[in-house]
Amino acid sequence: MGFDFAHMMTLGPEILLAFGQTLYMIAISLTVAIFIGLPLGILLFVTDKGLFLENRIIKSTFGFVVNMVRSIPFIILLVALIPLTKILAGSTIGPAAASVSLSVAAIPFFARIVETSLREIDKGVIEAAVAVGATPWMIIIDVLLPEAKASIVQGVTLTIISLVAYSAMAGVVGGGGIGDLAIRFGYYRYDNTIMIVTVVILIVLVQLIQQLGDWTSKAIDKR
Amino acid sequence: MIEIKDLSKVYKTNKGTVSGVDQVTLSIKEGEVFGIVGYSGAGKSSLIRCLNLLEQPTSGQIEINGTDLTKLKGRELRKARLKIGMIFQHFYLISQRTVGENIAFALKAANTPNNKITGRVNELLEMVSLSDKKDVYPAQLSGGQKQRVGIARALANDPSVLLCDEATSALDPNTTLAILRLLKKINRELNITIVLITHEMNVVKEICDRMAVMQSGRVVEEGDVYDIFSAPKTELTKEFISSVVSFDVPDSILKACTGRLIKVLFRGDVAGEGVITDTIQQFNVKGNFLHGSIEYIQDRPLGLFLMELKGQQEDINQAISYMEKRGAQVEVTTNGI
Ligand SMILES: Nc1ncnc2c1ncn2[C@@H]1O[C@H](COP(=O)(O)OP(=O)(O)OP(=O)(O)O)[C@@H](O)[C@H]1O
Ligand SMILES: [Mg+2]
Repeated sequence: MGFDFAHMMTLGPEILLAFGQTLYMIAISLTVAIFIGLPLGILLFVTDKGLFLENRIIKSTFGFVVNMVRSIPFIILLVALIPLTKILAGSTIGPAAASVSLSVAAIPFFARIVETSLREIDKGVIEAAVAVGATPWMIIIDVLLPEAKASIVQGVTLTIISLVAYSAMAGVVGGGGIGDLAIRFGYYRYDNTIMIVTVVILIVLVQLIQQLGDWTSKAIDKR
Repeated sequence: MIEIKDLSKVYKTNKGTVSGVDQVTLSIKEGEVFGIVGYSGAGKSSLIRCLNLLEQPTSGQIEINGTDLTKLKGRELRKARLKIGMIFQHFYLISQRTVGENIAFALKAANTPNNKITGRVNELLEMVSLSDKKDVYPAQLSGGQKQRVGIARALANDPSVLLCDEATSALDPNTTLAILRLLKKINRELNITIVLITHEMNVVKEICDRMAVMQSGRVVEEGDVYDIFSAPKTELTKEFISSVVSFDVPDSILKACTGRLIKVLFRGDVAGEGVITDTIQQFNVKGNFLHGSIEYIQDRPLGLFLMELKGQQEDINQAISYMEKRGAQVEVTTNGI
């Protein structure tokens, strides 16, 4: 079975719906990842050895939790989080439900990316801020975040792209989305038309996100 | 003003402990420019970084204006740091903030009201002659300009002390001189005590009043810059001085000398050439200059001459005694150093 244009047109609404679901899941989990992962990444960084809020207990506790969540395969996380999903999303199926697990997976992922971005900052710049008598809060807001912003934007790009891939597995809990469509039609039903269309959509989506991310990162960098 | 007592800093590394600063006791006076020299690894950075507790000393005390800094923590320490400016070899400006914002950052650290910040930033920029660069990012500045921004940031909260960690080591000679002049001006006009570390004796000669020489974490010599230049005690200090004042006379010339080689040193206002001329005229000796220079240290001349005296031994001895009576320090030497 080759590419069937008419078939694609009849499934048009379904494809559109799936696209919307993908965006919905990514938007929610990305927002959560940024709101929780960013502070978490900063915390992991500033409590590190030799930094201005050095604290071994906090560093190792949060570091352990982050590693733990990151080591669980996403499919298992999806299932394991069903009780939490029920509480937060009110249901265990649908895009909103899938967003819960996606968020939980994205938080530690993004937190590590933020931590790595902050590590790229010249320690001397941070030290100069300490020497000036700045508070930890000032150093975070006026030194760490501006200095790492270009790199963090690259990290957001990477997170979105990973979310696009993970969201494909959301079908397990009836999350829907483009990836789910590809699996349901293309993989189980050998529907090559849908397979090709969805894969093309995913490729274009990922390319666009990467381009936009690169451009933004460059545009805000003053170095 | 700055009293360093028995200060030690030991670093713990995977391979064991490394001594950065070893039992240093120093007293730095208000309003002076104090230089610390030493080779790489001598512990200069470790010492100066202890002065604002960027490095927590292992033992000892640091008193600045009567407060023991080593006892301070958190808010108290931050408050003390507002009054201790610091500049660095690699400037360490916030690259994503403009020159003006970099300086404003220091003012915000002191809770300066917003409506006062702009005025103060302009004032500081004027002081370092960078008024036209306020809205420029550090990447667009030259090394010397970046250091000026560093200086403006360090002076933002009217500190009583300015610490300079190799502040001119990344700059070319002309820019170095300009930055040193600026530091001297700040020292004089704002009465800010400056502690600077360097491995270049020229920097010390240019602006320091007193100095210390460090080796293996310890201070091996300390004193007035002029005194140390005219009478260094340790071999290490002599080595450092020879980079500024050196008597490199080719071996062939030295070998050809038949008379007595003497090194004559004139301090301060003793008019060197006059004394030598008088000596040659009054005694039955011939003088032959091999090398000579007059260095100005803290605006006081320091004359150093290497010469050969020819004549009867008796006459030469009398000539030397005469020169010593006139205030010269004479050293009979076999080689040119
Ligand atoms: N953070 C650190 N951890 C371990 N050892 C250190 C650390 N900082 C300095 N040291 C060691 O302490 C000693 C003194 O170093 P320091 O940086 O103070 O020397 P320095 O005189 O400033 O040298 P340079 O001219 O190269 O800057 C050296 O042996 C160095 O290896
Ligand atoms: Mg150093």
